[in-house]
Amino acid sequence: MNFETTIGLEVHIELKTHSKIFSPSPVAYGADPNANTNVIDWGYPGVLPTTNKGVVADGIIAALALHATVEQHTHFDRKNYFYPDNPKAYQITQSDKPIGHDGWVEVDVDGVKKKIGISEMHIEEDAGKNTHERDHSYVDLNRQGTPLIEIVSKPDIASPAEAYAYLEALRQRIQFTGISDVKMEEGSMRVDVNISVRPVGQEKFGTKTELKNLNSFNYVQRGLEYEEKRQQQVLMSGGAVQQETRRFDEKTGETILMRVKAGSDDYRYFPEPDLPALNISDDWIKELDAAMPEMPTKRRERYVNELGLTDYDAMVITQTKEMSDFFDATVALKADPKMAANYLQGDVNAYLNEKQVDLQATKLTPANLAGMINLISDGTISSKMAKKVFKAITDGEEPKAYVEAHGLVQLSDPAKLQPIIDDVLSANPQSIEDFNNGKKRAVGFLVGQIMKQTHGQANPQVVNKLLMTALQQ
Amino acid sequence: MNYFDKDLASLHADLVAKKLSAKELTQATFDNIKATDPQIDAFLNLNEDAALDQAAKIDAQGINADQPLAGIPMGLKDNIVTKGLTTTAASKILANFKPVYDATVAEKLADAQMINVGKTNLDEFAMGGSTENSAFKTTKNAWDQTKVPGGSSGGSAAAVASGQVPVTLGSDTGGSIRQPAAFNGIVGMKPTYGRVSRWGLIAFGSSLDQIGPMTRGVKDNATVLSAIAGHDNHDLTSSTQAVPNFAADLNDATSVKGMRIGLPKEFLAEGVNEDVKAAILAAADTYRKLGATVDEVSLPHNKYGVAAYYIIASSEASSNLQRFDGIRYGYRADDVKNLEDVYVKSRSEGFGEEVKRRIMLGTFSLSAGFYDAYFIKAAKVRTVIINDFKAVLKDHDFIMGPVAPTTAFGIGDEIKDPITMYMNDVLTIPVNLAGLPGLSLPAGFSNNLPVGMQLIGRPFDESTLYKAGYAFEQNTDFHLQVPTLGGQN
Repeated sequence: MNFETTIGLEVHIELKTHSKIFSPSPVAYGADPNANTNVIDWGYPGVLPTTNKGVVADGIIAALALHATVEQHTHFDRKNYFYPDNPKAYQITQSDKPIGHDGWVEVDVDGVKKKIGISEMHIEEDAGKNTHERDHSYVDLNRQGTPLIEIVSKPDIASPAEAYAYLEALRQRIQFTGISDVKMEEGSMRVDVNISVRPVGQEKFGTKTELKNLNSFNYVQRGLEYEEKRQQQVLMSGGAVQQETRRFDEKTGETILMRVKAGSDDYRYFPEPDLPALNISDDWIKELDAAMPEMPTKRRERYVNELGLTDYDAMVITQTKEMSDFFDATVALKADPKMAANYLQGDVNAYLNEKQVDLQATKLTPANLAGMINLISDGTISSKMAKKVFKAITDGEEPKAYVEAHGLVQLSDPAKLQPIIDDVLSANPQSIEDFNNGKKRAVGFLVGQIMKQTHGQANPQVVNKLLMTALQQ
Repeated sequence: MNYFDKDLASLHADLVAKKLSAKELTQATFDNIKATDPQIDAFLNLNEDAALDQAAKIDAQGINADQPLAGIPMGLKDNIVTKGLTTTAASKILANFKPVYDATVAEKLADAQMINVGKTNLDEFAMGGSTENSAFKTTKNAWDQTKVPGGSSGGSAAAVASGQVPVTLGSDTGGSIRQPAAFNGIVGMKPTYGRVSRWGLIAFGSSLDQIGPMTRGVKDNATVLSAIAGHDNHDLTSSTQAVPNFAADLNDATSVKGMRIGLPKEFLAEGVNEDVKAAILAAADTYRKLGATVDEVSLPHNKYGVAAYYIIASSEASSNLQRFDGIRYGYRADDVKNLEDVYVKSRSEGFGEEVKRRIMLGTFSLSAGFYDAYFIKAAKVRTVIINDFKAVLKDHDFIMGPVAPTTAFGIGDEIKDPITMYMNDVLTIPVNLAGLPGLSLPAGFSNNLPVGMQLIGRPFDESTLYKAGYAFEQNTDFHLQVPTLGGQN
């Protein structure tokens, strides 16, 4: 039997606003429990929410970044449920009029391009956090009210690999807008997954299961791959897939039954009466659209077509907006694009990994990277010397000044090199004879001697050229 | 002393002239309360020490002649949160609740140097029309202590009517300021939705709730509304409309001349007591004599208001009251084994019958499968009712009619019959649904119980209502009559 798979992804991204969506409390991490809260976050009697306009702007930006239609007449709704981390016992979210709908992103799986639809995206508040100890439970409301955007895919995703690619495309586009860090490992991007399979040709979707504990894109893909096979096997053995929630086990790569779903929850959604409806003007959308940064797909096209990078290089450089902006700024300072790309993927990435920091947290600047690359290009320094210079620019030093101060300038002037070469040749007649007898190794020895005399500053290409001319005379 | 023959202007003059100190006035207020509250039960708790301290401070600073409310005592309905002062909403679930912040109206009256003497009784969470739903006590009508004071702002109304304090604030979701004002023969204003900030008002029906003043006279009421109204950054449903000095316009007792008044035939239809009808028809004649025209008009969908209201208000309440879960504040049941127990037992034991009834009604109305038939339908009815009012108010300056179909009923008479109780609000509810201002003022007596008249205006046109109310008051003497209370007069 042949099966087809349908995957649905609900992605929550946490916005990087200064204050919460409905209260002036700061959005910040690492504070003492309940330090970043006020009466609104506690769901205190008599309090009212006020809308953070920045969150609405971010919602519009996200909609634009994902090719979605911005709903200009929208409102908030209440989703009612009891839980200690949900102090009002309702979440303020959007139900029937989400801020964005009918968007898409393009993915590329093994060279095949496909558009994956986004049915809707809405802005809402996050809940607090419960922690449990042996005989106590604790509620920390610091996260309560942190703004989120939930992005719901259309049932277009047909394989775990497409799910991975969709998440990656989503992450990149949102990352480029700057509204969120979109980091799974830090919880600023969270993914809920559902999957169903059905025999090819069957019109009705199969029964879907939900997967939990998918804390990286890799786990999403692996969990889906396992679940896809499991459901196929259930069907092939004549069984029926149950509507259930399953937990992904990172160690075994399997999914384990958590609970079987009986019916659906009734959240009694209704329009939030404490907040006026939102009317989003054309001008506001235009203004935000005009300020949108160039998206990663556009940048990759430009890098390949105009700057001559390979597809792979372009893909790596556009992983984050910071890296891509850094590259653009470096190239704008006349640095060779290919060299700039190589440095960013090589030395820079290695440095970031070693220090475990983001690019913008370092002292590296496009000006200094471009300066170093240009010194290499014009022969002032060798790529070997550049190792030292790179280290210096990670400390914020200006490359030209550093090179001069440390005497790293490469000796490329033939007029200055020629006397040194002549000295070395006259001091090593044996080597000349060896060369003349066909022992090419003698050249290496002579170059070594010249490098020694110049304390390694001689330009190897120029030395080689001058030496060969001298030897062949 | 009581406040029967003193309005705010004369109290202010006495304070400015130092015939009276704020401290003396505040002490006299507590004396009043102690003398009459054993009969009336208007207050849930008093703020005696802090109030006397504040009065002494105001005396020390000297009364500002430009601050008409400085040094004058007032009471707040106990669903308005007050920092450090127990606020219960007359519910066991908040019996020992001490808020950490002040409602905007409490802050504004403090800025105006009014002195908060205490918190007044209400139906639990403002749900009811008699204060019999208070978890703590039933307030009595100032005119007849076997009768209800109305509700839910019954404590606020009876406190003013019995001369304990000159000013209280109430809240009105479906008539909760106007009906108790009518039952007690005082003046109550339900302002336009959005006129007064709801920050710090313990929410019942968020799209309907408004705070408003309750006073002995129209001018006093206008003075207090100017002090509490205005946009508040804490409440996005509060309006940015400019707030007039309402009282400043009240000098001309003939200002209704040339006005067109609508008298809806539905407001005098079956179910409205004959004496109440007669009082309203007499009031219409008074207005005609003052040069206004009174036309019979129609609000054809008025009769659907009660049904729509009990769906919308209860739906909102079912959600608003979920926060009382026993986790962070308020009552928590003792014998609990798990989280479900904390919720179910705390709420079952903490809420009273009427509150539970409305939570269930609202929860049902919002449930999957019923939402369209109930909540959405009610929202559509609301729109139709708004349009009825718009049509009439297009060519009428305001609408007049009774506040309630009857005068105050007996304690215990209706509490077992929720539907009869709900129908008492038939004339006030549509005004909340439409978000319009409604003024209740004394317009007669029936068997020694006050009859109230309701004036309904265009959005944010409280000014016209006050002018019309003032003109009526100046040409009648109903507001001058006072109840007889044990040993008082």
